[in-house]
Amino acid sequence: MQNVNILKDQYDDIVKKHSPKNFVFKNIFRAFWVGGTICCIGQAFSNYYYYLGLNQTQASSATTITLIFIASVLTALNIYDKIGNYAGAGSIIPITGFANSMVSAAMEYKKEGFVYGMGAKLFSIAGPVIVFGTIGSVIVGVLYYIF
Amino acid sequence: MAQHIGKQTVIFSKPPIITHTHSSVGPKEADGPMGEYFHTRFADEINEEKSWEKAECSIIKHTIKQLLRLSHTQPTEIDYLLSGDLQNQINATHLGVKDFHIPLFGLYGACSTMGEAMGLGAILVGTGLAKKVISGASSHYCTAERQFRFPLEYGGQRTQTQQWTVTGCGYVMIEQEGTGPTINSITTGKIVDFDIKDVMNMGAVMAPAAVDTILTHLQDTNQKPTDYDAIVTGDLGNCGIEIAIDMADRLGVDLSPVMHDCGAMMYAQERQDTHSGGSGCGCSASMFSSYWYLQLLKRKYKKMLLVPTGALMNLVSTQQSENIPGIAHAVSISAPEQVISDKIQRFHLAP
Repeated sequence: MQNVNILKDQYDDIVKKHSPKNFVFKNIFRAFWVGGTICCIGQAFSNYYYYLGLNQTQASSATTITLIFIASVLTALNIYDKIGNYAGAGSIIPITGFANSMVSAAMEYKKEGFVYGMGAKLFSIAGPVIVFGTIGSVIVGVLYYIF
Repeated sequence: MAQHIGKQTVIFSKPPIITHTHSSVGPKEADGPMGEYFHTRFADEINEEKSWEKAECSIIKHTIKQLLRLSHTQPTEIDYLLSGDLQNQINATHLGVKDFHIPLFGLYGACSTMGEAMGLGAILVGTGLAKKVISGASSHYCTAERQFRFPLEYGGQRTQTQQWTVTGCGYVMIEQEGTGPTINSITTGKIVDFDIKDVMNMGAVMAPAAVDTILTHLQDTNQKPTDYDAIVTGDLGNCGIEIAIDMADRLGVDLSPVMHDCGAMMYAQERQDTHSGGSGCGCSASMFSSYWYLQLLKRKYKKMLLVPTGALMNLVSTQQSENIPGIAHAVSISAPEQVISDKIQRFHLAP
C-alpha cells in the first residue's frame, strides 16, 4: 500500500475539486440589497430629522445615533447575526455593522467581568477598524493638504 | 492479552466490551436527522447555567451520571475515566467530572479525542490493568465559537466549507466482562501535515490523517475495506469525506462503499444552514454512543471502524499562519454475537 504523503503535491487540486465554492454572485446581490436598504432607512431618518427642524449636521448625527441604537437592539435580540450571515458585507460595512461588532463583544465577554472581560475585549473586532480608519484618514488628509 | 502488530496497531486476544453508552446533545442536533437516536436532548444550549462553559460542564456531568445510573454502577467501581473536550486546557472535562472522584486521564486530541479515549480505554481493559473504564469526549458550539472565532452575536458570514461545532457529548463504558460490541483492535494515528492553513476548511485538514490511519490499520491487520460494514470518520464533513475517498482512490483503495462520516450525518445541511456539516469532539462521541452503538446492538452493521479525526491548532498558531496538521485514531469494533434486545429496549427508554 502506498504512503499517503505521495499525494501532497496534488493535494491543492484535490481540495479545490471537492470544496464547494462560495456563491459569489448570490452573496453580492444580497450584500447590495441589504446594504442599500440600510442606507435608505438612514436617509429616511435623516430627512425626517431635517423635517423636524434640525440642520444638516445635526440630522446626520441623529441618524447615526438612531442606526447604532437599532443595530444594538437587534444584536441583543439575537437577530443581527442572522442578517449578517445572510447579507455579509451588506450589513458589516454600514455603521450598523460597527455597532454589532461592539455590542456582540460586550455581550459575549461580560461574563469574564466588567474590566478584564467587557472592558478589555470591547474593541476586539472594532479596534482594527478604528486604528486603520484613523491612519487612513491621516494619510488622505496629508495628500489633500499637499495637492 | 494484547499484542502490538504492524506499525501502529494493538490487537486484543480478549477484546474489551463496550457495555453501555450515553449521549447528550443540544437543540440543533436534536432537531437534525439523527435527533431521535440521542439519549438526552437538551432544550437549550445554556442548560440553565450562567455561562456556556458551565453549561458544557453540566452536560458532561449529566451524561456520566446517566451512564452510571443505567449500568447500575457506582463511581467507585470505575478504575479510570478518559475524557477530553475543546475548551482551553480541557477545562470542561475537569470541572464536569470532578464530583465523581474517578482517576482521570485528561486527553486532548482535538476532535479525534473520542478515538484516543476509546483506544486508551481499550488498552487499559484489554491488558487487564483495569476492569471498568469510562471513555468519552465533549464539545459545545458556543464555547468553541467564542474561543476559536467570533462572539456569538457577531454578524459575519460563514463560508461553504465551514462546519458547525456540535453541542453534545458521548460517554461509553468499557469492561472486561459483560455483553455488548467488542473492541478488537485500535490503531493510533500520527500527525499528518499537508500544509493547510485555511481555518475555514477543516475537512481538508483532517482528510489526509483519516486516510493515513485507515490505510495503516488495514495494512497492519491485513484487511481490505470491505471486511468492514462501515468505516466511520469523525467530522470530515461533506467536503472532507469526498476528499478522503478521492485520496484513497488515488492510492488504489476503494473506500466509497463503506465510508460514512458522523459530521456529514449530523445535520440537515439545507434546512439547518450548517454548510459542510458537524464538527467537534462531541460529534463522533455522541454519534457513536447513540446511532452507531444501536446499529451494532441490532447487528445491522457487524463490524465497524470508528475513526475520529482532529485538526490540531489554536488561535495563536492560526493567527501566526502556522500549518494546521491533522490526526485520526481508529477503533475497530465488532457487533455482539447475538442481538441484545434488552439493551436495545433500554436505549429507547433512556431519559
